[in-house]
Order: sequence, then structure tokens, then C-alpha cells
Amino acid sequence: MTSRRNFLKGTLAGGAAAAAVSVSVSGPACARDNNPQPEGALGLLYDATLCVGCKACVAACKEVNGNPAEFSTPEQLWDTPLDTTAKTFNVIKMFRSGTMETKDDPDNGYAFMKTSCLHCNDPSCVSACPVSAMTKDPVTGIVGYDADACIGCRYCVAACPFGIPKYDYSSATGKIGKCELCRHRLPEGKYAACAEVCPTGATLYGKVSDLKAEAERRLSLKPGTKTVFQRGQLGGKDQSYENVVGHYVQHVYGEKEVGGTQVIKLSAVPFEKVGHKPLPERSASSKSETLQHTLYGGLVMPLAVLGVMTYFAKRNVKPDDDEL
Amino acid sequence: MQEQKLQSLEIHEHVIEAAKRLEMGRREFLQFCTAMAATLGLPAGAEAAVAEAVAVKKRPSVIWLHFQECTGCTESMLRAEHPTIEKLILDVISLDYHETLFAAAGHQIEAAKQAAMKANKGQYLLVVEGAIPTKDGGIYCKVGGKTAIDIVKECATDAAAIIAIGSCASWGGMPSTDPNPTGAVGVNKIIDKPVVTIPGCPPNPYNFLSTVVHFLTFGQLPPVDELGRPKFAYSRLVHENCERRAHFDAGRFAMEFGDEGHRKGYCLYKLGCKGPETYANCPTILFGDAGAGTWPVACGHPCIGCTEQGVGFQKPIHQTAKVMTYAPPASFPRIVEEQGKGASLGAAAVLAAVAGAAAGAGAMVAKNLGLSHAAEEAEKAKQSSEQKPAEKV
Repeated sequence: MTSRRNFLKGTLAGGAAAAAVSVSVSGPACARDNNPQPEGALGLLYDATLCVGCKACVAACKEVNGNPAEFSTPEQLWDTPLDTTAKTFNVIKMFRSGTMETKDDPDNGYAFMKTSCLHCNDPSCVSACPVSAMTKDPVTGIVGYDADACIGCRYCVAACPFGIPKYDYSSATGKIGKCELCRHRLPEGKYAACAEVCPTGATLYGKVSDLKAEAERRLSLKPGTKTVFQRGQLGGKDQSYENVVGHYVQHVYGEKEVGGTQVIKLSAVPFEKVGHKPLPERSASSKSETLQHTLYGGLVMPLAVLGVMTYFAKRNVKPDDDEL
Repeated sequence: MQEQKLQSLEIHEHVIEAAKRLEMGRREFLQFCTAMAATLGLPAGAEAAVAEAVAVKKRPSVIWLHFQECTGCTESMLRAEHPTIEKLILDVISLDYHETLFAAAGHQIEAAKQAAMKANKGQYLLVVEGAIPTKDGGIYCKVGGKTAIDIVKECATDAAAIIAIGSCASWGGMPSTDPNPTGAVGVNKIIDKPVVTIPGCPPNPYNFLSTVVHFLTFGQLPPVDELGRPKFAYSRLVHENCERRAHFDAGRFAMEFGDEGHRKGYCLYKLGCKGPETYANCPTILFGDAGAGTWPVACGHPCIGCTEQGVGFQKPIHQTAKVMTYAPPASFPRIVEEQGKGASLGAAAVLAAVAGAAAGAGAMVAKNLGLSHAAEEAEKAKQSSEQKPAEKV
């Protein structure tokens, strides 16, 4: 039976739903932009043309983070991780092509590439984390992780466009492992261990603004000429030395990708070939947050859904009284 | 058995005689021969052949020429101790011409050279020490009125084999450093015959001696690489066998001379060590014969790459080396590493069987549940029908 009262109730719920839809449609007009980089953002400049593949950074990373060796060979002698894992935050990977004769040659050459957290300006992992276990430091911009807050949902693992956060499935309690730019060493006056041990300055630590200027300087130099390269920390103790300018691809990876990252990279082999696919300049989190915050702003969408559900529920309910 | 063969040689009259000649104990002599065979990387049993060759065979005539050099190679040879090299140079080989070691001088020594070349035509070993100047007709180095070019060409014509000792003779060395005012080059740029090069500044005397002993034992020079360097000595980078290599791999570097890392024996790469781009056996047989654990890197100084053309005397000593270790590369994960495997056929079959059994069991349980419920209902209906008539009654 359809009473007038029920009809009016249904109309009211439908109206609420329609209002919610209209709000959500007008939402994207006030979409949020990519989060800007903090003023004093710290990061790394990885120059693949300088990398000699010594893996000192991999060893140092394991040491300062207290991570065990991981094996991918049957004999289990050396630390041979194939990718970043919950216990390997930094890996040097190799691009191989044809006869692998010359370094940094896309054809018949080889090249190294560092794989570790890029510390995005607008990180998806932080955006996806429901409990703020992943955080972006407002001063240094370091994307940190708090195991105590983590509920193990692994949204960050799925959200990261670079596949960096990894879940430790071997642990009973479980936790995420990723590079935190040695933030635990900063209070001691130390900096990222990978940059500290790098013998050629292929991994250079410093303020992102300085690193960007250095990257631009390198790109502007003539390949094959010699120039002075810094090692360790840019603006720190002088460990500079002379080396040959690489045949760079004219692109600073991480300058604009997903709203920019604090770890930027230079390479002589096209970035697509060394596992760094082109990514949009707009961060995924700005898109998803715009959508989600519009839908859930003022509980509009839940109310609308509730209204619609109520309407259909009311419409389909046959009061027991009618049967009698 | 090989050991027995060598032991039986100990009482061999030739060995006794050779040991006496070299002023060594018999056992010491055999140890020397074994060490030579080991340096050459020869298989077990070869030490007996070496011992026999050194003891019995006719000493090869050696003509040793000096050009643009510092005589460091000769000096280093003279300071070898196991056994004293002058004994070997005079007794294992027949040194017929050597400007530093000869008492004779002037026309007398030139005549001796001519005589030796004539007497051992096609059989003598020619050893060249020092680079050869080519600019302005080669006038920057003359001995007895002849230019170095002419002397080398003359002596090389009838030589059985030619050995270039030291970096200068091998590829030009120090005299060829920019701007190279004399146009200094190595021996192999002057003559067409194959030249065995023993680069180093100075080279380890045992690398030279092993080459000579190889020639003595087998009648030919040891296998060489494309630069003419004996493979037994120059096929590996200094970096590969370096005692400080573990520190390189772990990222522990001496940052400056005398700092904590330097005192702890850390890697010298950041101080400009050229080990990663220099082919030589210094880490294994050490440098010269200066004593245990003694070679530049062990002493705390970076390798200067003295054996390597384009590195030694060319690159600044503290300039960082180009690491050659990973060419061709090995043991790195690929950019995209396939991890994990799909289910194998057996595993899939077992899983399917388990799932099938579970589904079947579930279906049967569900069916029986329905049956029992129906039975219960029937039971209830029966009871109630039994009770109702009773009530009526």
C-alpha cells in the first residue's frame, strides 16, 4: 500500500540525493592542486652516468637501517635482493641491452639505476594511508613511516606509482619497509648513508633546490667535457673531484612527475628503459583527494546514499498489517 | 705422484749442480722452480719441467737494451731476493749485453753485442728497457752514435723473442707523457715482430723472470693478451684481488691521508686509486720483492696505474678511476625482475581435486541437511496428527 505519507517521505529522500549529486558535480571546480614542496626539502640527486655499480649504497643502507641480507641465488652467499622489499630499501638495478659493451649506451650497452623511495612532494602513500602511519614531514619533506600507527592495510603499497613501500609478509605483526632518507640519522648530524658512502657522487644529498640547480648545470654542460662533481652532501664537506660529463637525456626525472619528487635523477639512457615510466604532472593524490573530499565533504555522499537507500527500502516494504 | 717426482729431482745430479751454481740449497732451488710455475699459472707437475729446464738447458743468450728510462726496471730486478737475481741473471740466462751491469764500456761492449748477436743468431732473447724517441729522426737517444730506432731494428731482426720490460718500453711510459717532446713510443710501434710487454714502473721482476723461464722451459713465450702482456700476470684488475676490496664493496673509504679510515685500512678509491682500471698482479705477488705485504696499496698509497697506458703518468694521481669491474656486467637485478612463478600443473591439479572434494562434500551435507529437516517435519506432523485425534477424543 502506498500512503500519502510514504510518498512524501520518498520524495524528500530523492530530493536529498539529487542535491548531493548537484554538489558533487560542482565539486571539481575547487579541485586541490599538487601539494607544494616544503621550503627546506631534503633529497637526493642520482646521476646514473656517474654510478659505477659498486653497491656500496646498498650495503650502507642495510647497515644503518639494521636490515638483514636477502638472497636470490641458491648459494645464499651475498646480499642479492632483486627489488626493494620490506628489508631492502635501496637497490641498484641494471639496464641491459644487446652485447652490453659500453656503459650508458641504450643500444648494446648497460646502465645502472637506483631504486628507492623518491619522496614525492604529494605522496600517494600518505594520501592513501587511513591512519596517518605514512607522513610527510612539513619541514624536510621526508616521507616517513610509523609502524606503531600502521594497521597493515597495505593501501600505500597499492597506491605508490613507483612500487616502493613493501609489506613484510614474513613477520607475524607485519610492517611496511621503505627508505626514510635516513631521518633517524639527521639528529646525529649525519645524512643519507647511501650518499655518504657513494664513491663517485652518483648519489648526492642536499637541499632539493640546490640539487635541482646542480642537475640543470650538468644538463647544460657539453657531453664528454670535464667538470667538477660534488660527493656526499651538496654544501657539506668538500669532496669534489673531476669527472667526465655524461651524455644525458635532457630531462630531470622527478622534477615534474606526479607533482615532483625530492629524489631527482639524471640518466643517459631514456628513463622509460630504466624503469621510470612517464607519469602525469598532476599527482594521483590531488585527483583522488579532490574527488573523495568532494563526495564526503559535509557527509554529503553518505547522506545522499542513505536517502536513496531509504527511498527504495520504503518503496519495497510491504507492511505486515496489510496482510491481515 | 707429482710431489714424488719433484722430490726425486732433489737428488738429481743436475739439480744439485744447478743449486750449487745458484748458491742455493737444493730444496730452495726446487721451491723457486715451483714458485715460478705457480706464478705462471702452470698445472701441477710443471714445476718439475721448470726445474729440469733451469738445471739442464743451455742458458739463453740475452741482449738487454736501454733507451729513454731511469734504469728502475734493472734496479728492481737486482733487488729481488728469492734467489738473488744477479745469480739468476748471470746463471739462468747468459746476459751478453747490459749497459748497467757490464764492466766493459765503449767500443768493447758494442763489439761484445755484435759478437753475441752473431753467435746466437735467431736464438737470443732481446729485452728492451725504456721508450724509443721518434721525433726529429730519433736523435734524442743515441748509443754508440746510433739512434734507438736503428739499434732496436738491428737487434730485433735476429732475435728469437722480444720482451719489452717496463711501461716505457711497453707503451711509452713516463717519457711519452704529454706533451711528449721526444715523440717517445713503445718497442712494438718500431718493429713488426710480436713483442711481449711487461709493463710496470718498475714491473715485478718475477713477471719478467717467469716469462723468461717459460721461454726456457717450453721454447716459446707465454700466452699474451692483445696488448702483448702475459696473461698470467695482466689478465686481472688490481681491484679484483685487492686486499682492500671488501671496504670498497661496503662503502668504507679513506677520505684523506691520515684520517681514521686511512689508518683503518679502508679503500683508497676516493684518494684516486687506479686499481679499478689497471690490469696487473700486484695484489697477488706484491710489488718488487720488498717484503711481506708490501705493495703501494698495502702501504696506504693509491695505485697510480703504472702498468696501464692512458692511466699511469697520464691521469692525475688523485683523480678518481673509471671502474672497469662491471664490464661486462654481472650480478645485478634487471630493471624489471620477474618474481614468483605461476602454479605448476601438479599443484593446480591437487588444488582442483581438493576444491572438487570440498564442493562435493558441501553439496552432500546440504542435501542431507534438507533431508533431515524434512524428516523432522514429517515426524512433527505425524506426532501432531497422533495428538489431535486424542484431543478430540
